[in-house]
Amino acid sequence: MSGHHEEEKLGRIYDTRLMRRLLAYLKPYKWRVVLAIALTLVVTPLRLVRPQLFQEMIDHYLTPVLTNKIPAAAAFNGITSIALVFLATLILSFTFQCGQVRIMQSVGQHTMYELRKQIFGHLQRLPMSFFDWTPVGRLVTRATTDVDALNDLFAAGVVAMVNDFFFLVAAIVWMLSLNWKLALAAFAVLPLVFTVTWLIRNNVREANRQIRVGVARINGFLQEHITGMIVIQLFNRERKAEEQFKGLNWAYNLAYKKAILAFALFYPSIDLLSASAYAMIFWFGGLHVLVGAVTIGQVVKFYMYSQQFFIPIQDLSEKFNILQSAMAASERIFKLLDEPLSVQSAVNAVKLEAPQGEIEFRNVWFSYGGGKNPQAEDWVLRDVSFRVAPGQNVAIVGHTGAGKTTIIQLLLRFYDIQHGEILLDGVNIREFDLQHLRRLFGIVLQDPFLFSGTIESNVHLGTDSIRREDIAKTLREVGLGSFVESLPHGIATEVTDRGTTLSVGQRQLISFARALAHNPRFLILDEATSSVDTQTESLIREVVDRLLLGRTSLVIAHRLSTVQHADRILVLHRSRLREEGTHQELLARRGIYYRLYQLQDKDQQLRRAAPMEETAGTSLRAND
Amino acid sequence: MNAAAQTIRSAKHARKKSSASELRHLLPYLGPYKSATAFGLLMLLIMGLIGAFPPLIIGAIIDCLKRLPRPLPNVTDAVHHGGGSSWHTLLQPVLHFYQPGSAHTLGILCLMLVVAVFVKGIFSFSSRWTLMRISRDIEYDLRNDLLARLVKLEPEFYVRNRTGDLMSRCTNDLSAVRMVTGPGIMYSANTIVGMAVAIAVMTKISPLLTLAVLIPVPFVFVIVRYFGRVIHDLQAKTQAMLATLSAKVQENLAGIRVVRAYGQEEAEKKSFDEANKQYVGQNIRMIRAWSVFIPVLQLIIGFSMLFVLWVGGRMVVGKAMSLGALVAFYTFVGQLVFPMIGLGFGTNIFQRGAASMGRLNYILDVESGISDVETQEKPDEPVRGEIEFRNLTFTYPTTRSGRGTQPAAGTKTNEPVLRDINLRIPAGSRVAIVGPTGSGKTTMAALIPRLWEALPETLFIDGKSVRDWPLAVLRRAIGFVPQDPFLFSETIRENISFGLEEATPEAVENASRVANIASEISDFPGRYETFVGERGVTMSGGQKQRTTLARALIRNPQILILDDAFSSLDTDTEERILQGLEDVFQGRTTILISHRCSTVHDADQIVVLRAGEIIEKGTHEELIGLGGYYAELYQKQLLEEELSRE
Repeated sequence: MSGHHEEEKLGRIYDTRLMRRLLAYLKPYKWRVVLAIALTLVVTPLRLVRPQLFQEMIDHYLTPVLTNKIPAAAAFNGITSIALVFLATLILSFTFQCGQVRIMQSVGQHTMYELRKQIFGHLQRLPMSFFDWTPVGRLVTRATTDVDALNDLFAAGVVAMVNDFFFLVAAIVWMLSLNWKLALAAFAVLPLVFTVTWLIRNNVREANRQIRVGVARINGFLQEHITGMIVIQLFNRERKAEEQFKGLNWAYNLAYKKAILAFALFYPSIDLLSASAYAMIFWFGGLHVLVGAVTIGQVVKFYMYSQQFFIPIQDLSEKFNILQSAMAASERIFKLLDEPLSVQSAVNAVKLEAPQGEIEFRNVWFSYGGGKNPQAEDWVLRDVSFRVAPGQNVAIVGHTGAGKTTIIQLLLRFYDIQHGEILLDGVNIREFDLQHLRRLFGIVLQDPFLFSGTIESNVHLGTDSIRREDIAKTLREVGLGSFVESLPHGIATEVTDRGTTLSVGQRQLISFARALAHNPRFLILDEATSSVDTQTESLIREVVDRLLLGRTSLVIAHRLSTVQHADRILVLHRSRLREEGTHQELLARRGIYYRLYQLQDKDQQLRRAAPMEETAGTSLRAND
Repeated sequence: MNAAAQTIRSAKHARKKSSASELRHLLPYLGPYKSATAFGLLMLLIMGLIGAFPPLIIGAIIDCLKRLPRPLPNVTDAVHHGGGSSWHTLLQPVLHFYQPGSAHTLGILCLMLVVAVFVKGIFSFSSRWTLMRISRDIEYDLRNDLLARLVKLEPEFYVRNRTGDLMSRCTNDLSAVRMVTGPGIMYSANTIVGMAVAIAVMTKISPLLTLAVLIPVPFVFVIVRYFGRVIHDLQAKTQAMLATLSAKVQENLAGIRVVRAYGQEEAEKKSFDEANKQYVGQNIRMIRAWSVFIPVLQLIIGFSMLFVLWVGGRMVVGKAMSLGALVAFYTFVGQLVFPMIGLGFGTNIFQRGAASMGRLNYILDVESGISDVETQEKPDEPVRGEIEFRNLTFTYPTTRSGRGTQPAAGTKTNEPVLRDINLRIPAGSRVAIVGPTGSGKTTMAALIPRLWEALPETLFIDGKSVRDWPLAVLRRAIGFVPQDPFLFSETIRENISFGLEEATPEAVENASRVANIASEISDFPGRYETFVGERGVTMSGGQKQRTTLARALIRNPQILILDDAFSSLDTDTEERILQGLEDVFQGRTTILISHRCSTVHDADQIVVLRAGEIIEKGTHEELIGLGGYYAELYQKQLLEEELSRE
């Protein structure tokens, strides 16, 4: 039920502040908008011209010819020329309308494009903590569905609304100027039309709200029950689920019936009111015709005008709905765009041109909740201090949840720490440009993540200075040489679906190649825990050794070999740095490290005893 | 993207398949509403007949103003000469009071216009209110039937079919079918009646002009159908691209840490930009179609008006018809616009509905693979709880894939997950299953409640083949705590008493206490009435696990299956729960799946699974003595305990 509570809210139809902000997006296209409006000004008179032509035919040719005032031949010619004008208006309004719709729509599309781009760009800059609290689904909705609600406004709404509005105004003015008495007779029912429309619109609006809630509930129920179908069946809940669903389904059905009732009443009422308007015109106008004050042609013309009148009025209520949901969507979008960027690059960002490679944590306190109270329990790191000298290789060990991964996240400044300082070559990391800071590091994460693209692009990651030969060379160095050559497109082979076509081991090796090719001063390595075959394992060990050589490195170690060969080992336990030293020193202390070491040893033995097999579909849950 | 592409393909495929045969499945659903539908259609017919009057009355008004001796001579002449008895009876009263150029006649005619539209409105209301309601009722019935089918289908079906695809069948396809029973039927009937009536009356006035006015009809039909199809196909493509766009955002956000760690923001923006541009391009193609469609329609219908003006005007001059008849014609043409469009839309609705009905039939017609069909007898005696695996080898019938026709990429099909398992679990005893991930532990547990069907004569409950037990009886006797603690977004009380028809508050509290979750629940804002999930509390993994444990315990089951039920709990909590469970375990068959020795060491039998085979079996002491996998696991456990005491 991804946040349908938020979507349940009904906003205002029109909000000046939101509208102004939305209109700002139209600015680059202002001339096109002007042109579209200009076309409206042309199309509107064309709509008014046709009844006028009928009137002229009746009054100038039909009536005179029937009273024998003009010869039939003249009337034939006159009618043909009027028909030609009529044809011209048809063709003109066809062309203008096509053009108008296209212009407005393309403006709308480009605006949507811009907005989506902005949302996505903003998402790339929002602090990591924002994503800890916001469900991904909701953010996806902002960039797609919500923007599309605005699209509806442009697609169906704006053009027609502007046209209808202009037409109504123009028709009212025109009719009044022709014959204000007859015009008032035609307009007499308008207040009733507006009242009926307004009354029914309110009903429909409420029904529509209930329908939306109903749809969201039904979809939520289906989603949840399809995903949890096994639980339903295990607990003999089938009957009850059916009953519950019937309940939701019925509420939805009732809401729709409300809407059906409203519309079933609406259409005949409007028909009746429009018939009353025609009756008024014919009665009032007819009386004038009988005394010779008005021509029949004029009465017929007024009848035709009022016929054209009722269609846009009926549509208005539908347009209001579109406007309303567009307003609600834009409000949600702007709220996201207004989300502050709390972790930002410093104003006068510093760059490390020739990094020495020193890392220092100085009394670092950190909590994901942004903990204000040092006594509280939620500190992930408490008063952690250590220094890694240039070129040193330091391993971090600790049990699950000790805070190892957090150290990496802080070093990359995914989060800002609450107390203390993190320094690179003596400079606080807050003073760097964010991207520059992150590029200083070569990173190999536990889950070897590949971006969609080719093997090549996954190695160079957009760094222009890395040449194609270098990439091929690095791939050979990590032992992927023959594999890549066996691929149909070599290093230009696409890695589909974020690397699922490659094995875990191959993905790991590619991410090593990535780090090697970038030749970074600092290296962060989160060793993979997942097991690979022994051949790959020894290959990986070799590559890791080469990677560590001559670089400042922090390694979250799961492999005994890495721990043993580290220059220094940091032991994290329960958010604190508890022990520090070389492998031998720490073993001799027989403290936490000693036990951790034994534990890792056991883990590796168990893994050897029972190699993990990838089996499909063992999960109890329906996979998705 | 794939799913959407598939939708397009299957839609195209279904178009080739006979629409009628798919839609025939709808007939049983129409059954209960037969008489109501007939009533609605009758109302619609009457409405259409009355619809002939307003244009005629307007024509009469004009002719009255023109001081014609008789209004609409072409129509009334027939009456006058006694021809056409039906017209005679209908129009006689009108002709009776008619006086040319009289204000009195004018007034009566204007009043008649309003009354005619009012009466027409009554029938219009009844037909819409009846027919549209029926379509919603059928939708309701269909949707209930879909769920009733879904709850009977075994897990295998859900492995084969993606949730998203099933959802889309239950929503999009259902609504396409609804369009058939509602607007499809209503618009078609409306078009037929409206056209027939208008043509009948118009031919009476002038067959020539009628023909001229109807020239655009085939064009409108072809255009509406063509654009209807083009727009629909474009829409499907647009939808697919929107899905791609969503996937892009989803993927990016899921990997946002990696994106930032590698400084890939710009590259990601670029890749999003491409999808964004494509989507916009697709939308613009859609607009192009729309931007032509509506104006073309208006143009063609405008031609009808042009003919009224040109041909009709010349006929008035030639005295072939009256001015009133011309205005009446104009009004008729206005009334015909909607039926003309409806003709094309209607056929499209039926076509799409047929394709969607095919996709609904996929669910409605599928037979459940695990059912009571084979169950011969209805056992009177309750389940005691003796379980025996006899030379059991199990292979999953399908791996994850779209339709089960194409083999899933990258997965080994038809590899047995369990091989030659022999294990007897006496009623009331406790057995523990340990082993690495993927060794088949969960599969073993899932076979007992028949979530997956074991081969005949390989799995026995109380000495009787598991297939001979009725599903409801068997499952009622089992309390299952699945690996993944799935809770529903209902209240905690609802979740705990999930498997019972009726549960007393005491029973719910008692189960919660044993599962060691009671005190936490009482800290929640609404206690047991607190909603789980977005509408209420977000529970931790451990809290969820304990709630699902309470859900299993409250059923007082004969067989209790705990599939790694304590994985999110720390050892202390686990210890406490296990102590509380000691009483519960008495007299019940318990199957414990775990990674921890502390959980399993009191079990009567411990089984070690590896790659689908039993490699060690015995009590804790025996297995320690064996010095194999279990012994190693135990030592590791000891180390962890020591560490946690630091």
